Amino acid sequence: MNNKGKYLAYPSLIWLTLFFLFPLMIIVLLSFFQRGLYGDIIYEWTLANYARFFEPLYLHIFFDTIIISVLTTCCCLILGYPLSYMISRMSSSWQNIWLLLVMIPFWINFLVRSYAWVIILRSQGLLNTLLLQLGLIDQPLSLLYNPTAVLIGLVYTLLPFMVLPIYVSLEQLDRRKLEAAYDLGATPSRAFWHITVPLTLPGIVTGSILVFVGTIGMFVVPEIMGGAKSSMLGNVIQNQFLSARDWPFGSTLSIMVILFSLILIYLYNRAVQAQQDERG
Amino acid sequence: MNNHQTDHHHNNPPHRKNRKHPQNLRHRLLFGYSLAVLGFLYLPILVLILYSFNDSRINAVWSGFTGKWYLALLDNRRVLEALFNSLSIAVTTTIIATILGTLAAIALHRYTFRFQKTWNSLFYLPILIPDILMGLSLLVLFSQLAIPLGKTTIIIAHITFSLSFVVVIVSARLAGMGKELEEAAQDLGASPLHTFRYVTLPLISPGIIASAMLTFTMSLDDFVISFFVSGPNSTTLPLYIYGLVKRGVSPEINALSTLLIVTTILFIVLAEFFRRKDTDDDTKKQLPF
Repeated sequence: MNNKGKYLAYPSLIWLTLFFLFPLMIIVLLSFFQRGLYGDIIYEWTLANYARFFEPLYLHIFFDTIIISVLTTCCCLILGYPLSYMISRMSSSWQNIWLLLVMIPFWINFLVRSYAWVIILRSQGLLNTLLLQLGLIDQPLSLLYNPTAVLIGLVYTLLPFMVLPIYVSLEQLDRRKLEAAYDLGATPSRAFWHITVPLTLPGIVTGSILVFVGTIGMFVVPEIMGGAKSSMLGNVIQNQFLSARDWPFGSTLSIMVILFSLILIYLYNRAVQAQQDERG
Repeated sequence: MNNHQTDHHHNNPPHRKNRKHPQNLRHRLLFGYSLAVLGFLYLPILVLILYSFNDSRINAVWSGFTGKWYLALLDNRRVLEALFNSLSIAVTTTIIATILGTLAAIALHRYTFRFQKTWNSLFYLPILIPDILMGLSLLVLFSQLAIPLGKTTIIIAHITFSLSFVVVIVSARLAGMGKELEEAAQDLGASPLHTFRYVTLPLISPGIIASAMLTFTMSLDDFVISFFVSGPNSTTLPLYIYGLVKRGVSPEINALSTLLIVTTILFIVLAEFFRRKDTDDDTKKQLPF
């Protein structure tokens, strides 16, 4: 076989090198430079940006972002696991319908979905109007522009990322193991916690990583539902690039996000590897 | 809903039958919980659709049914402009990304490259990288090269993030196909071009169509990356909606969002329909003759 066909891959490889790899390398380089007085870049090597990341202000934002990401992941798990479990026990035609129902909101633009919550939660919104008319409250509650609203928006946006991987691992679950447990007299809840949950752990971890990584770089949902006060890491990064025009520091922040995500993915791979080794 | 009850019967050993009642209760609770989660997913969307028909501008209280917000959209030149921008960007992106990605997938499938693993990860990495990072790194690139931001830069960005999806989907299709049929065609004297045209292409066409549809949808839907690389005259529909949302709640956004939602749902149901038809055909093909 001749090798001429190899050239077919070159346009894509060149494209990705030029518009993906190369820009990422620029970001890495930028993170070691400094911002000049007028938003320009001073090309001198420095670690000042990385030192600045460890200032209390940014560390605080970093930890807040991680806390809200962890909370989002937990809420998605609590809402998503029972749903996936339910779907996996249905007949296959019902499974297809329910999966499609879970997927449809996922495809609707997430700006539109966050905005839908604004209609419900804002002070003259649906919920406050209902509560006022029922006489349960005298003053509209401020339900929007607080961390809880951001949490609702994030869970709402990312839930399908949790449902699908868990569903896949529940589908692959070996039912005979459950039957064996029942035959040996295990109660349903014991069988669930000792067999179903451990065996679907890869799905749980995959879903959690997808949700967590998705939350950590998010800036639109916090902006729409958290208002001006919200400062997740994604908002700070966006701000450094578009308003403050401190590209070097913005680059440093985004590299920290990537590093954090990569460490998580690495740990996940190691955990899965270990589990597979254990099973032989 | 009988299906899970029968399913249950099937899974349970006989001696558990006397515990049927708590089991049933457990199932009902689980089903109710799942319905509630589905309600959580759909309630906001339904509220949004409902309010797009509300007559009142300060739209918390229902004050009558109207279609006037939809009519107002037709007169809004900026909406139509944004729609046109979105569509032309999506079409261009789909054509270029699908062709480049398919060619790459075929080459990667057929030949072994030096540093194959490195190249493979180059195709997977853009899927894993957060959108915000891809957007801002392209912004930095374009500004360093002094390329003015506009439709062209959005198209370049969209091709960059869709290329990987095309390669992954078409590669999966090629891997499922095996190499036998192509080799058989070549043994029978078909030229490489003929083999491609009459054997490879028809076999991978479902993968190509699927990736083209995905690319088109992702391009229409993208906000984060376009946000960084758009210029003054290249407002896409999501960017336009973002501008409106930042200014506050209005019936026009409700109407525009509803149109987007309905289009999305139609598109997904259609795609699902074609996918099922395709898999049906596949199972027929696999029957032993």
